[in-house]
Amino acid sequence: MINQLSWKVGGQQGEGIESTGEIFAIALNRLGYYLYGYRHFSSRIKGGHTNNKIRVSTTQVRSISDDLDILVAFDQETIDLNYKELHEKGVIIADAKFNPIKPEDTKASMFAVPFTELATELGTSLMKNMVAVGATCAVLNLDINVFKEVVQEIFGRKGQQVVEKNMEAIKSGFDNMQEHLENTAELMELEKADGKKRMFMIGNDAIALGALAGGCRFMAAYPITPASDIMEYLIKKLPPVGGAVIQTEDEIAAVTMTIGANYGGVRALTASSGPGLSLKMEAIGLSGITETPLVIVDTQRGGPSTGLPTKQEQSDLMAMIYGTHGEIPKIVMAPSTVQEAFYDTAEAFNLAEEYQCPVIVLSDLQLSLGKQTVEPLEYDKVEIRRGKLVTEELPEIENKGYFKRYEVTEDGVSPRTIPGIKNGIHHVTGVEHDEQGKPSESAANRNAQMDKRFRKIENIKFDTPVYKNAPHEEADILIVGFNSTRGAIEEAMGRLEKDGLKVNHAHIRLIYPFPSNELLPLVNSAKKIVVVENNATGQLANMIKMNVGNAEKITKMLKYDGNPFLPHEIHTRCKELV
Amino acid sequence: MATFKDFRNSVKPNWCPGCGDFSVQAAIQRAAANVGLEPENLAVISGIGCSGRISGYINSYGLHGIHGRSLPIATGVKMANRDLTVIASGGDGDGYAIGMSHTIHAIRRNVNITYIVMDNQIYGLTKGQTSPRSATGFKTKSTPEGSIEQAIAPMEMALTAGATFVAQSFSTDLKDLTALIEAGIKHEGFSLINVFSPCVTYNKVNTYDWFKENLTKLSDVEGYDSSNKSMAMQTLMKHNGLVTGLIYQDTERKSYQELLNGYSEAPLVDADLTLDQAHFDKLVDEFM
Repeated sequence: MINQLSWKVGGQQGEGIESTGEIFAIALNRLGYYLYGYRHFSSRIKGGHTNNKIRVSTTQVRSISDDLDILVAFDQETIDLNYKELHEKGVIIADAKFNPIKPEDTKASMFAVPFTELATELGTSLMKNMVAVGATCAVLNLDINVFKEVVQEIFGRKGQQVVEKNMEAIKSGFDNMQEHLENTAELMELEKADGKKRMFMIGNDAIALGALAGGCRFMAAYPITPASDIMEYLIKKLPPVGGAVIQTEDEIAAVTMTIGANYGGVRALTASSGPGLSLKMEAIGLSGITETPLVIVDTQRGGPSTGLPTKQEQSDLMAMIYGTHGEIPKIVMAPSTVQEAFYDTAEAFNLAEEYQCPVIVLSDLQLSLGKQTVEPLEYDKVEIRRGKLVTEELPEIENKGYFKRYEVTEDGVSPRTIPGIKNGIHHVTGVEHDEQGKPSESAANRNAQMDKRFRKIENIKFDTPVYKNAPHEEADILIVGFNSTRGAIEEAMGRLEKDGLKVNHAHIRLIYPFPSNELLPLVNSAKKIVVVENNATGQLANMIKMNVGNAEKITKMLKYDGNPFLPHEIHTRCKELV
Repeated sequence: MATFKDFRNSVKPNWCPGCGDFSVQAAIQRAAANVGLEPENLAVISGIGCSGRISGYINSYGLHGIHGRSLPIATGVKMANRDLTVIASGGDGDGYAIGMSHTIHAIRRNVNITYIVMDNQIYGLTKGQTSPRSATGFKTKSTPEGSIEQAIAPMEMALTAGATFVAQSFSTDLKDLTALIEAGIKHEGFSLINVFSPCVTYNKVNTYDWFKENLTKLSDVEGYDSSNKSMAMQTLMKHNGLVTGLIYQDTERKSYQELLNGYSEAPLVDADLTLDQAHFDKLVDEFM
């Protein structure tokens, strides 16, 4: 019996690799297993190698596994590109159609199962992925009936016959594989899971759901990988609550339309990735100086320019902190799990209204697209707080004066009226302005307004700016990361502890304003600090050096080849250091 | 009920004496009063340039944004509150150069807003460079030998982009301009009004006198029918675009908001920000 399984299916893009993984994963999720899926794909519609690696476990997992138990291959390329991940007891199940060749330097076993042939016999070669699912079940000694429900849901609308044919395809794969298996390979039987129903979703789903729960009622966006799912979800879910999504002509229209809607008083969102954020920068400054709430999601991918559009990277950090010309107050938050992505996105709308500034929800491709099992999301934990939005009746303003929308206050936040409110008229401009919003170039006013704007975020209230798992008062190593590296760091930490090292882990959730006071004690009490990040220059490490000091203790652990960190990489590197 | 004086504020415009934009400002204020608006129910969204300052000179809600982006901002404001009257405005550089893409797409989208372009065929605030509306041969600081590019024909462009309301005016024709702005506000969809608004400082070619000499009023064109798109196109081409009046109006096509599936009939700004627990549970269930 095993409590964890790593399974990968691969083939040509457009061949149904995605759905094979999806069906397998949904069924296992419903049995109560925790899943973590990561897709390797290219920026094209058809062709090119793609694979879907799915980890199945009886406990929560948030990282890709180091190795592989089962590789399901629809072509030779899948074997050649992925076999090295297989451990020696691993199994390759390949379509007999392409006469698979097992590489010489692997101890894993290989079985050729006629996926395409069996599917064609049953009516259509399209069902070859179901045959492959069936063959997998045989290795796992898993009852194929667990797929009944999922198959019914996916194919039900095509008629009962299609449902039955697909179940037959699963069975034929199962039977064929079982014949192969007799006396040849060990079964990989999974321990029983707890049978609890849990959500199975990508980070982008959680971001979109978080926006909806957080009161977002309008979105303007431009399609881009890996952020489009957020728009696609809200296009379905906003109309039932009266809201709308506009797919704009470009990224600049998306952000400025979002600013317009926020100025109009509606909680509005835009989401993009690096190239889109580069285009939105001027408008982010407009939101900053006009103190118009704005929520932007940045799902980072490989940069610069078009870069590696379907690959993991965390290289937008500095751009998000400092991006836009001039200086504005801004909040940059970085959820590290799908749960956090939900709650943080909802909270982003509160912060945007309370501090009247742009809020960037930073994600990365691995967090946004990694499909995983998620513990229940609780709606009653979501609050709606609107800050100093004026709702009461206002007194008449004499002598053609304006409402003091930019009143200099102690906490820097001024009362905010929205169009339609009587006696709340004021001017809004990206030009430096006085308390009423009228353009002003006076030096005294400039200082007053700049200081007021920055005062807003001096004492920002943010729940858990640093996620800490710090069991040691004094640690040999403090590992620091942000966004999706959390899972790999957690696993590496477990292994390092087993090796006898004292390890603390800090994950930065509030990137800006940087939570120096929260991080400092952990930094001070560690002998060495390893900052793990998917970029080439160590942007987070540099932020820590700049804000917390201790540069001599800091080691940058960087990866920018497009792939997420694996636990063993972090484990090995940390061991080398001590 | 508000009068045009209620749309005045205490800010003194920083335009040059004689600038065409003064009349546009007055026309907007008159039109707003004539259609029965209260200042708080009008939002003027403007771009960057001399004309972009207009939102600061009208007593109403308003946002002076970034160069070329008045239309997406105005669209967002209108989406947030469909009960507001939203006017976007700016110059020819704002709308036909840096913001041209938004102009075309706002036309296609047909959101119920009015867009007033103050067209002076020059970049004034940056002190005299060529604009996409400058005629071929026009000499400016950036085209010392004369412009070798073709000028954009905004009215023809609007017709081909599928505009439902296309009008053109001259800033000295205050009465006609006011009437066109009123018609634009009342139009259920996107209305584009291009206003020849002379720059007295940097454009010594397209002057008040030049326009008076070259413009043709559509009311003087015999048998002109503003519901006939091909007639509109032919007339524009015949007069090299130098006509004033309502060029084209399509009263049949519905506005974006009316066609938008599920979009709240009440202003979105009043929508409930919370969900029923049952609604949330259903959303969660879809991921199980």
